[in-house]
Amino acid sequence: MASRGGGRGRGRGQLTFNMEAVGIGKGDTLPPPTLQPSPLFPPLEFRPVPLPSGEEGEYVLALKQELRGAMRQLPYFIRPAVPKRDWRRLPRELKIRVRKLQKERITILLPKRPPKTTEDKEETIQKLETLEKKEEEVTSEEDEEKEEEEEKEEEEEEEYDEEEHEEETDYIMSYFDNGEDFGGDSDDNMDEATY
Amino acid sequence: MTQAEIKLCSLLLQEHFGEIVEKIGVHLIRTGSQPLRVIAHDTGTSLDQVKKALCVLIQHNLVSYQVHKRGVVEYEAQCSRVLRMLRYPRYIYTTKTLYSDTGELIVEELLLNGKLTMSAVVKKVADRLTETMEDGKTMDYAEVSNTFVRLADTHFVQRCPSVPTTENSDPGPPPPAPTLVINEKDMYLVPKLSLIGKGKRRRSSDEDAAGEPKAKRPKHTTDNKEPIPDDGIYWQANLDRFHQHFRDQAIVSAVANRMDQTSSEIVRTMLRMSEITTSSSAPFTQPLSSNEIFRSLPVGYNISKQVLDQYLTLLADDPLEFVGKSGDSGGGMYVINLHKALASLATATLESVVQERFGSRCARIFRLVLQKKHLEQKQVEDFAMIPAKEAKDMLYKMLSENFMSLQEIPKTPDHAPSRTFYLYTVNILSAARMLLHRCYKSIANLIERRQFETKENKRLLEKSQRVEAIIASMQATGAEEAQLQEIEEMITAPERQQLETLKRNVNKLDASEIQVDETIFLLESYIECTTKRQ
Repeated sequence: MASRGGGRGRGRGQLTFNMEAVGIGKGDTLPPPTLQPSPLFPPLEFRPVPLPSGEEGEYVLALKQELRGAMRQLPYFIRPAVPKRDWRRLPRELKIRVRKLQKERITILLPKRPPKTTEDKEETIQKLETLEKKEEEVTSEEDEEKEEEEEKEEEEEEEYDEEEHEEETDYIMSYFDNGEDFGGDSDDNMDEATY
Repeated sequence: MTQAEIKLCSLLLQEHFGEIVEKIGVHLIRTGSQPLRVIAHDTGTSLDQVKKALCVLIQHNLVSYQVHKRGVVEYEAQCSRVLRMLRYPRYIYTTKTLYSDTGELIVEELLLNGKLTMSAVVKKVADRLTETMEDGKTMDYAEVSNTFVRLADTHFVQRCPSVPTTENSDPGPPPPAPTLVINEKDMYLVPKLSLIGKGKRRRSSDEDAAGEPKAKRPKHTTDNKEPIPDDGIYWQANLDRFHQHFRDQAIVSAVANRMDQTSSEIVRTMLRMSEITTSSSAPFTQPLSSNEIFRSLPVGYNISKQVLDQYLTLLADDPLEFVGKSGDSGGGMYVINLHKALASLATATLESVVQERFGSRCARIFRLVLQKKHLEQKQVEDFAMIPAKEAKDMLYKMLSENFMSLQEIPKTPDHAPSRTFYLYTVNILSAARMLLHRCYKSIANLIERRQFETKENKRLLEKSQRVEAIIASMQATGAEEAQLQEIEEMITAPERQQLETLKRNVNKLDASEIQVDETIFLLESYIECTTKRQ
């Protein structure tokens, strides 16, 4: 206890080991204490070796820059998406995607994907279609019904939910229906009593 | 994954694939294997965009997937594969030196697109080559196919794992994601395609359409109707084979620098003979007899058998131990010690870094400690013949930068510092790792600086691009000299100067990236082969 209060009284500046072993002799000037973090760009003592130049270097350099430019043009470069618009304020006719989707929803699951040569990506698309079907089923059911999965309802809900999901809107698709389909559905079940 | 690696991956993904792919990719690298919903939730991006990004990443072999129990598919990113994107120009250039322009374009298409079928590659490359040829000449598909087959034979391109062809006796529902398999034997098997046709120029398609066989006429948009014969067989570039080639190149040039041209040719012959027989991670090549080597020497080299034997003995006795003698049959059996060679190369890299950073006296001390393994401070001063004060200073500088480490050997069980030996030593593996980490940081800094410079001068760059476009269109419509002059003067002289400086700086930064990547390759190969052995 008594010795622990030290560092102030006797024994100030004493180290636990013999300084000579590390190589600092008595009376040697120690380097000045560091009072601030080392500078961000410390001065270089030696200049760096020059970069390799010559035919090979130039060619590889040109190749690198060309590749960088080329990759930006390929369909793999995904640009950030168009911002969501508030469809309440804009005329409905600007929303072109409504019509297209209703026709194409069965064939292409992700219509927003940029046009690629489908023959190359068929494999990947097929793999991921099965992936996504499963995922979308799970998503849509959770979002919509918040009930457990029912195998029967998967069929009819699939198409319906894809549209809703693709649109990323707040309104379900039937909001935009113009009432054409209304009369046709009630032909069945006429024997149910209506009050 | 270290922070430096993650940062570098993020910069690379952003430059090549855009922000969205970068966000998803970096998230996967940071957190490991995750299912789709969790990725979307954690990154806050919409499910659609996550799907698109994952498509792109999987297409380029940067992300792999696995089906876990309960049908959940988990995605995992390969950080090291993302870092390979730095090396794409080197791969393409190497193919150019080996297989000329055709091979170069094949590998370029494969690297840019990730995976492609053979027919797609051949078609694209033929089209590109036709564009660069003179008017009237076209590139034949057969020639491109031949080069492709040669690339496959030497293992520079390989087949991707494909969907297994199971019979339809599967009672259960199809799995959420296919488990792709690849047979070792099939990996380099080229499907028997008869690709007949020529490359198409973009504008003169009418001339080409005349005299071609109807069977495989190259069409632009109606390919969907024809069944593609090699559907489902995708090819990718085999990066490991390229790495093997780079390693061989490094060894050969090291021998050439240390000894002379002839010995390097001998080593190159030995390496070439064991290209396919030795796996890329083997510690040494298969033993080769001196007679075999003599027979396989390149035709131009007519050295006699005795001279060859003398060279081989010299190489085997060299302290660097690149070549070792493993037996006496067949005129002497020789192997190349690949792991030792890589270790020597890594050590040489470290020495060179110490020399360039701290000076040649420091390098002398460094080499001394490397040679003697453990030295006390007093011994260092004596052996290196450097005054005590300077030697101390240099030792501490290297110690603080982690090129060296201290080993304590206590004389007494209580480890009292006054009665302990402190020995300086160099641990090559840990120094290599430290240097590798620094390299990653350097490249990240270089890329950031380059992006900064480009952003600073964005307005000027756009202006110059517009002016160039105007000049080009005016030249096409046949404008006079005076008008062109006027347009060119839209860019003032100081602006031109600024553009020149910008171009020079960007070139320098790019060249530095390529240079650092070469160091990274050496260090990574060394670390990989050492850790695999242990």
